Amino acid sequence: MEANKKKITDHIQDLGALIALLLLVIGISIISPEFRTGSNFLSLLRQSSINGLIAFGMTCVILTDAIDLSVGSVLALSTVLCAGMISAGVPAGAAMLLALLIGTALGAVSGLLVTKGRLQAFIATLITMTVYRGATMIFTGGKPISNLGDSFVLKLVGRGNLFRIPIPVILLVLIFIGFYFLLNKTTFGRAVYATGSNWKCAKLAGININKTKIIVYAISGFMSALAGLILLSRLGSAQPTLGAGYELDAIAAVALGGTSMSGGRGKIYGTLIGVLIIAVLNNGLNILGVSSYYQDVIKGFVILIAVLSDRKR
Amino acid sequence: MQIEMKGIDKSFGTNQVLKDAGFVLGHGEVHALMGENGAGKSTLMKILTGVYTKDKGTVIVDGQEVDYKNPQEAEKAGIVFIHQELNVLFDLTVEENLFMGKEITGKFGFCNQKAMRKKAEEALGRLGVRINPGEVMSNLSVGQQQMVEICKALMVDAKVIIMDEPTAALTQSETVVLFEVIQSLRKSGVSIVYISHRMEEIFELCDRISVLRDGTYVGTRNIPETNMNEIVKLMIGREIGERYPQRNCKIGDTVLKVSGMTKKGVFEDVAFEVKAGEVLGVSGLMGAGRTEIMQAIFGNLPYESGKIEINGKEVQIKSPIQAMKNGIGFITEDRKVEGLMLEESIEKNIALANLPIISKNHVLDRKKERDLVTKGIKELHIRCFGPFHECNNLSGGNQQKVVFAKWVYTQPKVLILDEPTRGVDIGAKKEIYSIINDLAAKGVAIIMVSSELPEVLGMSDRVMVVREGVVRGIIYKEEANQENIMTLATGGMI
Repeated sequence: MEANKKKITDHIQDLGALIALLLLVIGISIISPEFRTGSNFLSLLRQSSINGLIAFGMTCVILTDAIDLSVGSVLALSTVLCAGMISAGVPAGAAMLLALLIGTALGAVSGLLVTKGRLQAFIATLITMTVYRGATMIFTGGKPISNLGDSFVLKLVGRGNLFRIPIPVILLVLIFIGFYFLLNKTTFGRAVYATGSNWKCAKLAGININKTKIIVYAISGFMSALAGLILLSRLGSAQPTLGAGYELDAIAAVALGGTSMSGGRGKIYGTLIGVLIIAVLNNGLNILGVSSYYQDVIKGFVILIAVLSDRKR
Repeated sequence: MQIEMKGIDKSFGTNQVLKDAGFVLGHGEVHALMGENGAGKSTLMKILTGVYTKDKGTVIVDGQEVDYKNPQEAEKAGIVFIHQELNVLFDLTVEENLFMGKEITGKFGFCNQKAMRKKAEEALGRLGVRINPGEVMSNLSVGQQQMVEICKALMVDAKVIIMDEPTAALTQSETVVLFEVIQSLRKSGVSIVYISHRMEEIFELCDRISVLRDGTYVGTRNIPETNMNEIVKLMIGREIGERYPQRNCKIGDTVLKVSGMTKKGVFEDVAFEVKAGEVLGVSGLMGAGRTEIMQAIFGNLPYESGKIEINGKEVQIKSPIQAMKNGIGFITEDRKVEGLMLEESIEKNIALANLPIISKNHVLDRKKERDLVTKGIKELHIRCFGPFHECNNLSGGNQQKVVFAKWVYTQPKVLILDEPTRGVDIGAKKEIYSIINDLAAKGVAIIMVSSELPEVLGMSDRVMVVREGVVRGIIYKEEANQENIMTLATGGMI
């Protein structure tokens, strides 16, 4: 009886973030006619896709009671390497696949530092964040790489549409479903939650903690690289400063979605809602002509309110 | 100081935990407060010390009605609660802990180290324990940490000290020291409220026993005039019968054989075997290396040399995963730290060790999972609202049953139990003994590490005694008794 009761209140709390999202959308729609157009909603969703992909990976990492600060740098390094390969004549499709592999490997390195190197996640990924950003600068000489040719695949990823729906949005939805399945229906998902909930207990129950942590970092790296490809496709060039500060938006989205920063508790659809809240704020405040300085303050307060209301759980 | 609590009611939400609870504490007596887990002992004491406020009832201290608003007020009146989870700061020194918030300061508000050191040494000396006040807390044994807590209580001039399961983490010799300290406190007029599940200790130490059942005061008995059976009857409201249920099962071939197992400074040349359907009790003082030996067998603690054989074949075990593949299960001594994901449901906890059974190609089969968990709840009599019930909200006994359920269905050949009934009340203890017997009857070889001698004697077919990392002897049930086990455990010969 109590179990059922608890489930209902759980759902209400899950709905809390959704209600906040709807209120924001409705509120801004009332004020701004430009905001409430279909094409703006599509572009809002497209804008959210990059943070969304990164935040999904980040959710897995945070669920294991860790953090990944290196996502922005992984995005930058894998993307400039991709751009470098394309401008050197490697077929775009192959270069993009390689970029995904590179991103995965870069993420796995953080995982190795955390597990085999026994560094705290914060420190380990602070190190990779710094090193990868430096490597990006070295590789590009600090200058953007722009002669990317005219590849169809590259253009498709960020700029393409399917039935008028942007490809990044389709990717976001498909990958969301993938993450939902991974976290809720597989033994790996259980290992992720168990590792964050009580790693000692998980280890004694036969869960391979190190493997789980390395994999979540690899996933996070992969997602960062994928987000980088969308960005590359949309911008048509690779800046060495690409992705700087993206880790903060991703962590904010995870926190908004109700995932516990100490691991073990959280839902992937919470993160999706968190991503959308941030996207609506960014897009809506821009359309309303709010100065970007004020935007950051407003975003900060929204996160504060979300986290405070979360504490009541 | 005399305390009388009567007619105390307390509810949390719709859940009434105390209903007409109370007891009378006399001057300079050691008074045991007993009852099953959830009977309301701790809640009653928390009301006395101002942690909770009561809904109804009266508290009379030395003839005056009182109502402490917080623990500080109670402390000022001379009532101190020493909790089971010690309330010390592990990274600070003994004296820093003793003077926390009451530092002796000189001019300009700087701490007067010298004066504090002197007072700390005096206070510790009065207890007759040798602890260096400059030592960092985490370097002390649990027994010593507890002494520091008692010392802290005396430094605020406590007239009443409440101790919740004080011996749960103590070695036999530390327990002896604690009892001596309690006796001398009693002589100096301090009253002690002693909350414990350990009957033997209570009958040795206390003057009177008050019993709570389901939040209600049931009665008080003078120690020499009562016996364990009467107290158990008061606690559970019925006769429990034999404390250790009979086991009639055939002992088969050797399943696990350990030889030459060594980890320098921890354990040395450990050798023993366990047979199918047998319960091997492992006894020894706290810190003798029993837990470490078991952790090593389960692959959770690296060791230097040694051989493990399962069913006559040598196996390599370097991780819990390999141990599980070889049919070994392990129930750890601390279910809250290592045994359970407390914030997760019963279902997620039971499923965790059984993931291979309830999945195919790494994809979970939710129906299989639900069936397994429902079966576990039913077969092990876990009292709960269903598979969703969060483990945090279960009693100690039911939490322990969840841990058992987690392992029972992995079909272990060998099941290692480290303190399987610690912090579990009498009724649930008996249920756990029955679970152990059922497993033995199914041919599981069971190793049971326990610090409770009556339990070891009541449950084991053989008893292995460990002292300072060395197996001092293995005694058959027929010859085992408290004396020869303690003799071996403390370094004597039999």
